Amino acid sequence: MSLPRPQTMAEKILSARARETVYAGDLAVVEVDHVMIVDSIAQSVIAVLADLHATPRYPERVSFVIDHVAPASTVSVAQAQKEAREYAAAHGCLLFDVGRGICHQVLMEEGIARPGRIVLGSDSHSTTYGAVAAFGTGMGATDIALAAASGRTWLKVPESVKVTLTGDLRPGVTAKDVALEMIRELGADGATYQSVEIHAGDRFTRGERMTLANLCVEAGAKAGLVVPGGEILTHYGYEIPDFVLPDEGATYVRELTLDLGALAPRMSAPSEVDNVHDVADLRGLRVDQVFIGTCTNGRLEDLHAAADVLRGRRVAPHTRLLVIPASSVVMEQAMADGTLLTLLQAGAVLGTPGCGPCMGRHQGVLAPGEVCVSTSNRNFIGRMGAADARVYLASPAVAAATAVTGHIALPEDVRQEVSA
Amino acid sequence: MPRVWKFGDSVNTDDILPGRYAPFMVGEDAFPTYAFHLIRPEFAAQVRKGDLLVGGRNWGLGSSREYAPMALRRLGVGGIVAASFARIHYRNLLNLGIPAFEAPDVITELHDGDEIEFDLNAGLITRGAHTFQLTPPPEFLREALKEGSILDYYRKHQKFPGER
Ligand code: SF4
Repeated sequence: MSLPRPQTMAEKILSARARETVYAGDLAVVEVDHVMIVDSIAQSVIAVLADLHATPRYPERVSFVIDHVAPASTVSVAQAQKEAREYAAAHGCLLFDVGRGICHQVLMEEGIARPGRIVLGSDSHSTTYGAVAAFGTGMGATDIALAAASGRTWLKVPESVKVTLTGDLRPGVTAKDVALEMIRELGADGATYQSVEIHAGDRFTRGERMTLANLCVEAGAKAGLVVPGGEILTHYGYEIPDFVLPDEGATYVRELTLDLGALAPRMSAPSEVDNVHDVADLRGLRVDQVFIGTCTNGRLEDLHAAADVLRGRRVAPHTRLLVIPASSVVMEQAMADGTLLTLLQAGAVLGTPGCGPCMGRHQGVLAPGEVCVSTSNRNFIGRMGAADARVYLASPAVAAATAVTGHIALPEDVRQEVSA
Repeated sequence: MPRVWKFGDSVNTDDILPGRYAPFMVGEDAFPTYAFHLIRPEFAAQVRKGDLLVGGRNWGLGSSREYAPMALRRLGVGGIVAASFARIHYRNLLNLGIPAFEAPDVITELHDGDEIEFDLNAGLITRGAHTFQLTPPPEFLREALKEGSILDYYRKHQKFPGER
């Protein structure tokens, strides 16, 4: 027998959970630690389970999160959410109801996503759990129902792209800008079926790592795994199993190095996420709505970044600023430390923790021809409303500066305005 | 005769079915009528049973929403041939039993409105005197598709294809 070859993070985690040594290209049936189901998919998952004559095999490993249209906007939405609630109660699954927050944020806060775990979500941005070295991946209703029923799933072990971050960010440049640059480099299908393994050293908070892992799906990735470092090792009390650390000499399909020091604030222009430019090149475009929130950038540190720009200033008269904290915990903290007051005094409109208008269903849908700068992760045609509305993706600081001037702007533009 | 509906690269799930026309927003009966609503509004009314969709690279990127391919199944779409597929969407197609083939060479030969005949299980498309052969999917998928879909396979065997 040949000696085991060095493995990537994805290969190691999947080997541990498949109970056999697997490499990229192998088919693995793995045990699943948690299955997360969002409101908009719940009815479909429940229908597949009923069709299989099955119930969740480990109900305590299944959660329902009411976040995509919360609170409900129509009778049919309310009905779907009622069915999810009743199903969770009847079968002993976890329920995170209206206002608790966005699924990915909630699973992180609740400690459900942890290093080495396999977490499947009925939502494509389940790659977010890679921030804490959990193998998080999104699946559709049938796959999710099968995983709930069996406690397992099948996966092709992905090849990995190694992304190494070097240098230090300049002031005003954020993890969001790194993530957008990474997507530009990889392209919208540059990591399809692959795992993006991010070597960030001790850089970045858990929240910033979530931003990086979250965007990996925009390059088509199956998972976005950030090698544990920094506060992942020192805060939160995570146990870090050996099998989440990649081996020296593992095989990668592609290696990419990003020099953080060379990066300026970035922005993704309509209508594909990899259409990334320097904010400076898009500066001046008139904006109708600014949205700060989502699983990408709706955390406390994001609200702080926005408040730092907005403190003592007002949102431009022709622009609306929507702020939706990613969870009830974020909302409480932002209330306790005065951040929400700063934002409200600047003219922000506050929404219930959840997805808000991110996917164009409620709370801030765009009219034809409108322009929105958003801290979210997708700018597809019609994503946030009308087909010809345009969505630009950026960091919270850039979004806040844009809200103040009413035109795409950098934080430094706002600061200069006052000193001038 | 089935016809070809040709699309370009990067047809995403919001193109296939925008999130606000999800079944739980507009109802189980109505949602399929919004397929390609924003990019090809005539599609839902004109597509016929057995028609073939042809796409470019990265077909189905974006959301995990299974109701997007479900809308296509409900409209009777017979299969999808694309240069490449986004992974969650590809799994959804397999779970719903919609034949999906990656065939970067063949798609350049097919044009919007072409009248064709196809047998996707055999991997054959015919247009007039031309026959195009598609590469069959890997073994474990063929095993699953023999039962109809991966869901059907699990229902019958209580395990996944290839699982010991
Ligand atoms: S915030 Fe947006 S991207 Fe994140 S889970 Fe909600 S709808 Fe999806």
